[in-house]
Amino acid sequence: MNPLSNEAVSRLQKMISEPDLTGTKYRLLRKIGSGGMAEVYLVFDEELEREAALKVIHPARAGDDDSARMMREAKAIARLEHPSIVPVHDLGTLPDGRIFYVMKYIQGELLDSYAARTSMHERLTVLQKIGDAVSFAHSHGVIHRDLKPQNIMVGAFGDVQVMDWGLAKVLSQLEPKAAAGIAAAREAFQTDAGTVMGTPEYMAPEQERGDGSLLNEKTDIYALGAILYNLLTLRPPQRDVRPRQLNGAIPRRLEAICLKAMAPVPNERYGSVVDLTDDISAYLNGLPMVAYRENIFEKLGRWTSRNSFFVLLVLAYLLMRAILLFLSRR
Amino acid sequence: MFPPTRISLIQKLQDTRQRQEVLDTLFELYWMPVYKYLRMKWSKNEEDAKDLTQSFFLRSVEKNFFSGYNPEKARFRTFLRTCLDGFAANDLKAQNATKRGGQALHVTIDFKTAENELKELQTLETPEKTFEKDWIRSVFRISLEKFARECEQKGKENVYRIFERYEMDSHEDISYKDLALEFAVPVSQITNYLSDARRQFRRTVLETLRDSTASDEEFRSEVRSLLGIEVE
Repeated sequence: MNPLSNEAVSRLQKMISEPDLTGTKYRLLRKIGSGGMAEVYLVFDEELEREAALKVIHPARAGDDDSARMMREAKAIARLEHPSIVPVHDLGTLPDGRIFYVMKYIQGELLDSYAARTSMHERLTVLQKIGDAVSFAHSHGVIHRDLKPQNIMVGAFGDVQVMDWGLAKVLSQLEPKAAAGIAAAREAFQTDAGTVMGTPEYMAPEQERGDGSLLNEKTDIYALGAILYNLLTLRPPQRDVRPRQLNGAIPRRLEAICLKAMAPVPNERYGSVVDLTDDISAYLNGLPMVAYRENIFEKLGRWTSRNSFFVLLVLAYLLMRAILLFLSRR
Repeated sequence: MFPPTRISLIQKLQDTRQRQEVLDTLFELYWMPVYKYLRMKWSKNEEDAKDLTQSFFLRSVEKNFFSGYNPEKARFRTFLRTCLDGFAANDLKAQNATKRGGQALHVTIDFKTAENELKELQTLETPEKTFEKDWIRSVFRISLEKFARECEQKGKENVYRIFERYEMDSHEDISYKDLALEFAVPVSQITNYLSDARRQFRRTVLETLRDSTASDEEFRSEVRSLLGIEVE
């Protein structure tokens, strides 16, 4: 055999790593992402004439266990029908034997770049939408376990997509309302006990220790708190540095939400994602919050700010009475 | 497509019945990277590099070099290169060992090709980088040879020739239609042949890697290196 040229080697490398889409309705456009277990390609759906994202298991992971896991993962995500969770359109096996599934191709910008150019109010509104999606998943017994700005896409109209549910896990103790389909989903997200998976800055302490038995909704609540930290400071979270140490202009009440969600002890965090998003709503609407105990002046200040029209009216009335009193004495 | 978990390379090396087979596999995969590395890094002349390449592998079996390999610490090829550095630093002993050695290598060596390739190398490339690139080239070369043999044994020479024309012939941009005319088969047949060939070739490449790694983790890591994918 003749020696292989560099070009021939490159072509073979490309040929092996790219999914073989022969016989499918998809045409390969380009690779758009790569993770430990799978790669994501932008494809064109020839039948529906639209772009889609095709996730295919990496050649090195295409063993029976990993293939089965990815297949179950796709089925479980497909059950989470929510406007902020990327929908799965198709699942199958490629001619090269690899498992793939096709998702909606999400266009937009990642949360960290979105945060850098938007107001605090817009950022908090987006965080509430993320919370809604995560809360929906929790109600179906699924925890994400890898929430971070890089896994959240924000669309042109402020619509949010929570992506990459590859590390998600289905909880063993569930409400009866979420029973349908959960057994299969639980199986989908089984991971090795003691395995540490996730992104360090956004990972709860119990997750970092690899203590699988302690992972539950509180793990995602921690990550949401870490995302809030990022939205407040525009920097990755640091456990020993409070947001206001980085930026003194950050409101104390927002810092309190962040610190409560990121409490090192799970029981000290919010009881649910809904509690967290309720506190954000309370902040946005100038209402009392769970995470922050106000002193009398802060209460008065918040009340004044919330009822500014009424306060102005009273002040105007008092001013008018004072003027009338002054004039009558003259 | 995925090669099933097999007895690890290290286990095979411990077994005297399988040692020769492993040695041949390793030699086939690594002789070119080792030879060029000796020429580049250790500035050996052609004759010395040839002798050292062969004696390194023979000596590795005699002295059981590779039994000290720990997959948790490094990739096998990194370990092999470290062994090679130690061996080359003491090449007088190694040459003596070649004369004593009772074993033989059952692999054809084409040193002329290696020399030609060395002449074409960019001078800025480090010996380590060349070693890595040659390892990748060796994996593909061995896999192509295996794949060609398999096609021949099954009477599917056309499948290999079509695969070779389409995937490796870089001189022209050839279409399925062109191939159908050239091989006098329908276009749909070309599609099937190529799909089948890609699947078989991918399996062969992965098997080649599996045969030369010591653990699942190392195997996965090597697949990523081979395909140019960053390990997270």
